[in-house]
Amino acid sequence: MRSVSKHAVVVGAGVVGAACAYYLSRAGLRVTVLDRGPVAGGATGAGEGSLRFSGRAPGPQAELARASMRRWREIGAALGAESIELETSGSLVVAATAAERDEVAAQVAAQRQAGGEATELDAEALLAREPRLAAKLAGGAYFPEDARLHPMLATARLLAASGADVQYGTGVRAVETGPTGAVRGVRTDRGALVTAGVVVNAAGVGAGELAATVGTRLPIEPRRGFVLVTEPLGGRRCRAPIRHTVFTAAAITGDDPGPVSAAVVVPTRAGTVLIGSRRERVGSDPAHALPVLRRLAAQAIALFPFLAGVRVLRAWRGYRPDTPDHRPLIGPDPTTPGLWHACGHGGAGLTFAPATGALIAALVTGETPEVDPAPYHPGRFA
Amino acid sequence: MSFRAGRAPVRRQPTGFTITFDGRRLAASPGQSVAAVLWAAGVRSWRTARDSGAPRGLFCGVGACFDCLLTIDGEVNQRACLVPARPGMVVTTQVGVGR
Repeated sequence: MRSVSKHAVVVGAGVVGAACAYYLSRAGLRVTVLDRGPVAGGATGAGEGSLRFSGRAPGPQAELARASMRRWREIGAALGAESIELETSGSLVVAATAAERDEVAAQVAAQRQAGGEATELDAEALLAREPRLAAKLAGGAYFPEDARLHPMLATARLLAASGADVQYGTGVRAVETGPTGAVRGVRTDRGALVTAGVVVNAAGVGAGELAATVGTRLPIEPRRGFVLVTEPLGGRRCRAPIRHTVFTAAAITGDDPGPVSAAVVVPTRAGTVLIGSRRERVGSDPAHALPVLRRLAAQAIALFPFLAGVRVLRAWRGYRPDTPDHRPLIGPDPTTPGLWHACGHGGAGLTFAPATGALIAALVTGETPEVDPAPYHPGRFA
Repeated sequence: MSFRAGRAPVRRQPTGFTITFDGRRLAASPGQSVAAVLWAAGVRSWRTARDSGAPRGLFCGVGACFDCLLTIDGEVNQRACLVPARPGMVVTTQVGVGR
């Protein structure tokens, strides 16, 4: 292990920044976290809180997801699963047609190959697992290791457990370098220099802008997503009518399907049900919001007909920091020693956060990382 | 600038009516929200929290917090602060999610 007496600045108090702070702190660094907004104020807080091992591309993605799921279980044990509303309740992928069922079957095979658990379900078995699903579905699959948690609670608890000095409402204007070209700290939006030998860029959709201050181009593009929240349907005293996170097969098949918004239905610990979209490629024109919300609601009702009689309390949109190859950017800046990137997680920041934080901590301290960092190198697009 | 109303123009009181709350008849006036009728009758809570069972009533009063939910004419999760009282309305305490 190299020097552990260093000070690290993590830019971004989303779940990825929080996980970086947590593992850097455990590796012996003193950590400061800066964020221009509140905790989990970006994509983290805008998501539905699902942790997905399933549906990952075989190879590096599945490996990173697997490492991350294991670390989430560790974090749950360390911080208290209840305190972050971590529930390993499994997910269902639902096929509406025979063709979709074949694609789900392929996903089950891929999941097993990646060392994960997966079970194919016929229509009857699907209804036995999730009785309120529509009756005429073709089948699906059950992924028992998929989980969910409360994104904001998890981020806040990770930050608290890290012992980091967390400063909200403090934006970072630029990464500052010294005479050798190595990092010497960051300049805040109030003009102060925060000195640090290690800077981690976990700024989510703002990560590209921060990297540009040292001349690095990170191809991060914000992609819009929506979440609808229903009125509470369950609680600790009454069982919620939806038990699993439910994805439509249409939401997970295809690599780059163009404008798509396919529903995911996530029951929460609080009793509400979140209805989100896995992918949405419409631009940022707010005028498009209502048709997208209508479509999402209609897709959720197609899955669970009883939702037609349930009110939506509110809805919001968020922006996912996507990359061209849908892989996150984790590793050293191509030119500036001491600057590390942990960003570009798209809609999977929550799932990949712990493995990302552990990978950054291993790379920073010179330990052997648990996963091969090469597929995530931030310089791969140069 | 003063926000004191001074002497407001005298209006004729519109005709009152009643609604029922858990079987009790409560006096109401046109334009009053259900929450206003309940408060005027000294009722401060009309729902139990779904996890703790603790009493719940008016909190924000403007439709944002969803704390003041109750059941109106059999329909659950109505916001007492937003729904205008109407003659003959049947309002009941909501226990938990009410379903």
